[in-house]
Amino acid sequence: MATGHGHDDHHHGPAKGITRWLYTTNHKDIGTMYLVFSLAMFLLGGTFALVIRAELFQPGLQFVTPNFFNQMTTMHGLVMVFGAVMPAFVGLANWMIPMMIGAPDMALPRMNNWSFWILPFAFLMLSSTLFMDSGAPNFGWTFYAPLSTTYAPSSVTFFIFAVHMMGVSSIMGSINIIATIQNLRAPGMTYMKMPLFVWTWLITAYLLLAVMPVLAGVVTMMLFDIHFGTSFFSAAGGGDPVLFQHVFWFFGHPEVYIMILPAFGVVSEIVSTFSRKRLFGYDSMVYATSSIAFLSFIVWAHHMFTTGMPLAGELFFMYATMLIAVPTGVKVFNWIATMFKGSISFETPMLFAIAFVVLFTMGGFTGLMLAISPADFQYQDTYFVVAHFHYVLVPGAVFSIMAATYYWLPKWTGNMYDENLGRLHFWLSFIGINVLFFPQHFLGLAGMPRRIPDYALQFADFNMLSSIGAFIFGFSQLLFVFIVIKAARGGKKATAEVWDGSHGLEWTVPSPAPYHTFSTPPVIK
Amino acid sequence: MLPTIKKTVNKLWSGVALTLLAALPALGLAAPQMNMTQGVTDISRDTYGLHMTIIWVCVAIAVIVYGVLVFSLIKYRKSKGAVPATFYHSTKAEIVWTLIPFIILIAMAIPATQVLTATYDTSDAKLDVLITGYQWRWQYRYLSGDGQEVVFFSNLSTPQEQIDNKAEKGEHYLLEVDEPLVIPVHTKVRFLLTAADVIHSWWVPAFAIKKDAIPGFVNEAWVNVNEPGIYRGQCAELCGQQHGFMPIVVKVVEQAEFDAWLAEKQAAAAAIAELTSREWTQEQLIAEGQTTYNTFCVACHQPTGLGLPPAFPALSGSPVATGPIEKHIDVVLHGRAGTAMAAYGALLNPIQLAGVITFERNALGSNRVGDMVTPAEILQAQQAAQ
Ligand code: HEC
Ligand SMILES: [Cu+2]
Repeated sequence: MATGHGHDDHHHGPAKGITRWLYTTNHKDIGTMYLVFSLAMFLLGGTFALVIRAELFQPGLQFVTPNFFNQMTTMHGLVMVFGAVMPAFVGLANWMIPMMIGAPDMALPRMNNWSFWILPFAFLMLSSTLFMDSGAPNFGWTFYAPLSTTYAPSSVTFFIFAVHMMGVSSIMGSINIIATIQNLRAPGMTYMKMPLFVWTWLITAYLLLAVMPVLAGVVTMMLFDIHFGTSFFSAAGGGDPVLFQHVFWFFGHPEVYIMILPAFGVVSEIVSTFSRKRLFGYDSMVYATSSIAFLSFIVWAHHMFTTGMPLAGELFFMYATMLIAVPTGVKVFNWIATMFKGSISFETPMLFAIAFVVLFTMGGFTGLMLAISPADFQYQDTYFVVAHFHYVLVPGAVFSIMAATYYWLPKWTGNMYDENLGRLHFWLSFIGINVLFFPQHFLGLAGMPRRIPDYALQFADFNMLSSIGAFIFGFSQLLFVFIVIKAARGGKKATAEVWDGSHGLEWTVPSPAPYHTFSTPPVIK
Repeated sequence: MLPTIKKTVNKLWSGVALTLLAALPALGLAAPQMNMTQGVTDISRDTYGLHMTIIWVCVAIAVIVYGVLVFSLIKYRKSKGAVPATFYHSTKAEIVWTLIPFIILIAMAIPATQVLTATYDTSDAKLDVLITGYQWRWQYRYLSGDGQEVVFFSNLSTPQEQIDNKAEKGEHYLLEVDEPLVIPVHTKVRFLLTAADVIHSWWVPAFAIKKDAIPGFVNEAWVNVNEPGIYRGQCAELCGQQHGFMPIVVKVVEQAEFDAWLAEKQAAAAAIAELTSREWTQEQLIAEGQTTYNTFCVACHQPTGLGLPPAFPALSGSPVATGPIEKHIDVVLHGRAGTAMAAYGALLNPIQLAGVITFERNALGSNRVGDMVTPAEILQAQQAAQ
């Protein structure tokens, strides 16, 4: 299969004009489109977040109605999770996995094109609900029934179809990644020689394959409840609103690892490169990732500690959740052991990766606290949870995507980005993010629930601080856009190795990477 | 020994918090609450204890982990000529840093299990209160004891002008209600929680209780409060547009005061029941209904009964308000799903309901149907619907 898949136009460059992008089956083009799309969604979702933070700058209702506020929190979550973070990692996978394993392209190039092109339409459909009479979905990105069924605005049907489309896209994307990694590795590239980014993506792809159909199932059940008279989630008809939460979180919990495992991969690559030292504990990293993936399937109900589960259920999910701290700790220790006695330099990708290690660990600590079920009763659905998952998602997933962009941008464009601007972007983001999210821990502990457009006066100071941080972080991202565009248009030429500590197949091809790489498989010692 | 450690640890934490807070006045800010409340029940204190213990565990791990990290970042810089070592694995290290966290977790799981088990023990409660979440208010129903059943709604009482920034915000902005839940101190009270529409969550931080109120389910929680006082909380599960505006206020009083309060409530409920069952004339009902209409309906349907079409329909001359009375009763009791017309059946008492319907049919705008509905008939209609 691996070698029987050549095209006729191997030695031609890309087609010209718009058709290049519409018809392309080239993994690099598709990777680029994913990344650009994700960046656009990041800015859109960020705009929604700034509406939220502007409204919360002071107590009282200033700018938006409570209903529109709920639409903003819902759309922010959906766009960031499904539009920004997931496509960004798929984009990175498209670009890098074939080059890292010495494959000429993805295994299923035409499906690759399709899985990308579904996405813009899914998000067009989702965003169009903002302009509908009923308003956009307003039931939170977790869309608990019956708020999202019996009590939903009529735009919920568009939301359901948009989710179906995203699901189809993700499933096809993950099949493609699995097929590529399992079939197209260059001779000699055994599993235990694969770069960690490839490993984490392989596991992520299996997670996606396992849980995206569950998400599709739950929204289909909603669709039937809304339009075809079933009562899956309606107690009045003999259904069960809590069933919704079980099904949703059976998808939702692995989903959070889908958003962080590839980040682990990225950070492992970068930390090792800029420490000029081989990654410490490669094997244990692989095992830890696999155990996290396994555990992610048996902890879902820790999102539901307050639903009144039986004591035995509560205890099981508490213990299982606490266990996740063990493999996660192993990862952090391994990264630090990699830096220990290395020869460290602080280019922008490394800055973001170090910030990842520090701040993701913060999110890990609060995660451990949240696992303690009786204490969770006080944290659940407060800003403490908001702070927790934003610490793992923003300085976690998002920082790793930025780190990856700076790290591989010279390989993609052939030009070095502006290092000073990159560092400026890092520091603005780092400060912004902490001013934004750190005070939210205090807000939650002091008793502020999440998803409220207005709040009691004792929460005013920290909310104001948090909003200031949000605007700093938000506007610094325009600098990121500028830096990327600037590097794409020119700059200091990059060498093939780009970084003096770089290792791996992607650094053996010239920068920018030619349109077709590894048409003949490389030899791996 | 453990309590003393806890105490010192808590002192330390307050020390840290205080130092941080000391900086705030310099910025012209009052010191806001930054940590979880210790609350006023044994369970809430235990919960706080767990919270502080796990924080200190995290702080200890953080000091080590971040310590090594910062040390490495300073010591092994390329710019200082650091030469990379070549080691890349150590089974011993991996085992150590797998086992140690594991042991810490077990140590944490034991007290957590104890506290959790205690929160689940709802036996031997002296008083039962059924709490029902509605969009967007709480209903409290006192179940135990004999005599007239006491049931009432607890609504946000913050004026809209304060929310719209047209009036100065009061001390308990958004955390105040027209009628708080009242319970006795030093008594085990069991809460049964459910909801009438979507999922809500009843949360009072000082009790360390947060339990979802789910339609079709009855959840249980319990509290035994150590100190009289007024405790505030909020709905904690997104429940629609007014989710941020359904606070909880609990007034905890001495047993004697509670008994007096309950007796008074029972007497008032009995009076309503008595009024419901007595004979009513059309004039009396219209007079009753006029007041109710002016309080609850006038904003949308207008004093003239002409409404504000198309948003709010006219009742004067409407087929419902002049047609068969059953339809009219049905609309007012159950509302119209998906429109601004709420279900008033649960919000108004039978006298108000009978009054307002009779008023709308006979004295509003040009309506002169000539019939009436009595409070007793309303009660029957409500019971039939259940
Ligand atoms: C928040 C605005 C609002 C308030 C307050 C309100 N209504 Fe309504 N009412 C409506 C709307 C809107 C409709 C039309 C619903 C529909 O589209 O079917 C309606 C319809 C009705 C109808 C049926 C009219 C018809 O011809 O279909 C009756 C009867 C009625 N309301 C009675 C009342 C009574 C009695 C009260 C006070 C206890 C009240 N309403 C308070 C908004 C309101
Ligand atoms: Cu609610």
